[in-house]
Amino acid sequence: MSLARLLRSPDAVAGFVILGLLGAMALAAPLLFPGDPLAIAGQPLLRPFQDWALPLGTDRLGRDVLAGLFHGARTSLAVGLAAAAASILVGSIVGTIAGFAGGLVDEVLMRITDAFQTVPGFLLSLALVSVVGPSLGVVVMAIALSAWTGPARIARAEVLSIRERDYVASARVIGMHPVEIAFREVLPNALPPVLALSSVIVAAAILTEAALSFLGLGDPNRVTWGGMIAEGRAVLRSAPYLSVIPGIALVLAVLGVYLAGEGVVEGTAARERQA
Amino acid sequence: MSVILEARNIVRDYHVPGSLLKKAKTVHAVKGVSFTVEKGKTLAIVGESGCGKSTLGRILTLIDPATSGDLLIEGKKIDIAKGDMTPEMRRKVQIVFQNPYGSLNPRQKIGDILTEPLVINTDTPADERRDRAMTLLKKVGLEEKHYNRYPHMFSGGQRQRIAIARALMLNPKLLVLDEPVSALDLSVQAQVLNLLADLQDELQLTYVFISHDLSVVRYIADEVMVMYFGEAVEYGSRDEVFADPKHSYTKTLFAATPRADVESIRARLARKKAA
Repeated sequence: MSLARLLRSPDAVAGFVILGLLGAMALAAPLLFPGDPLAIAGQPLLRPFQDWALPLGTDRLGRDVLAGLFHGARTSLAVGLAAAAASILVGSIVGTIAGFAGGLVDEVLMRITDAFQTVPGFLLSLALVSVVGPSLGVVVMAIALSAWTGPARIARAEVLSIRERDYVASARVIGMHPVEIAFREVLPNALPPVLALSSVIVAAAILTEAALSFLGLGDPNRVTWGGMIAEGRAVLRSAPYLSVIPGIALVLAVLGVYLAGEGVVEGTAARERQA
Repeated sequence: MSVILEARNIVRDYHVPGSLLKKAKTVHAVKGVSFTVEKGKTLAIVGESGCGKSTLGRILTLIDPATSGDLLIEGKKIDIAKGDMTPEMRRKVQIVFQNPYGSLNPRQKIGDILTEPLVINTDTPADERRDRAMTLLKKVGLEEKHYNRYPHMFSGGQRQRIAIARALMLNPKLLVLDEPVSALDLSVQAQVLNLLADLQDELQLTYVFISHDLSVVRYIADEVMVMYFGEAVEYGSRDEVFADPKHSYTKTLFAATPRADVESIRARLARKKAA
């Protein structure tokens, strides 16, 4: 896809700028704030813009809010991307197998998918994390557990149409193994609509992670925006900035992912119309 | 003359599963068709849409199994339902599909499309595979520079040439051509038909040519089989069938072919005036 077409849409540009900034924040966090962001840095409840050593102030325990924001970006982006990648991977494999094999296999896999879809996703994540215990990997798994059904259904629908194409039949004529046909001929062509879903999944994953952290089920060894909001909740009236600042970061992250995702999808759609 | 392909009483039924309101039914797509094709000859299978000719083509190329009946290739009985396909059997029959826009995987380069049959069925080293692909590209009227391009960069006629080259990669004895020119412009049709005729002479290929276009059939066929609702209603040499059609459907079919000679145009105009 051409970069020029992407840059023509202001929404997409805004999305990529926001994402770029967040990405830079995440990458720069250990360089700009090499210490532990959970360590006490100054006097507690210092308001923003009072002390230039701590520009965004400190929380109830005297921890640097700006450092938390930077390190929180790491967690949010990492969890969002990892969870989305895991759910798209699992979902597209399940969907491809179901659509390509058909019959009983399809029936069983789709009923399992239905079962997962009938349970509210957040409840599922909550249950898993509270049973296994909060750590980054478990949080990623918990989010993927509730998000893989969308990609699975879309992949299956695509595969159902693609497996009837002539190039699949000709792969059969040259004696390609069915598994190889499914994953080399069918899956790559079924992926674009599934990938279009990825921005929604990433955004939802970031929000789910924040919600889990807000409920105290995030990884306790990492700063998360959700955890920071929860931390500020107790002093919401006297020091609202403690919840507002990470809240704004969260809104921007989700917005950036959405806008950039939309831009990419529109760009690809325009290219396909031309082709 | 040696017989390459022999079909005895081929039957193919499709079962349409019933639902609450509809009863299950069986569609007889091919109802007991028998024929033989000799080496270097062309058998044309003619018939209207839905008469079972493509289903028969898929059975001949071992994509779908026949419900009953025997298929003998070079005197050897083949039954794909038993799943004992060896690469040697695969190599004997290849297919060219009707729609050149659907028969090439849009995500593979031409070189990969062409070398794939060799990768799967032989242990030819990579440079020999490449050489053979290059040779065939030139043989079907394309150039070496096309090796690294994607299917969307080609016109319909060029794509059909690529599909023909792919079918020839394994040195097949028998080529099933499923309406190979009906999706092409008239001028390109002639080019591709000439290419097919040349290749047949050069490589001693045997063709099963599926078509509904009688002018094309008259040009390329040695023998003609007319199918009507799954049955072979007429089967004989080209001159026999064209000179003296026996079955009423064949007569209707021939009468439906538009004629472009001056006499028939005058007659048509006269009829129009009279009416």
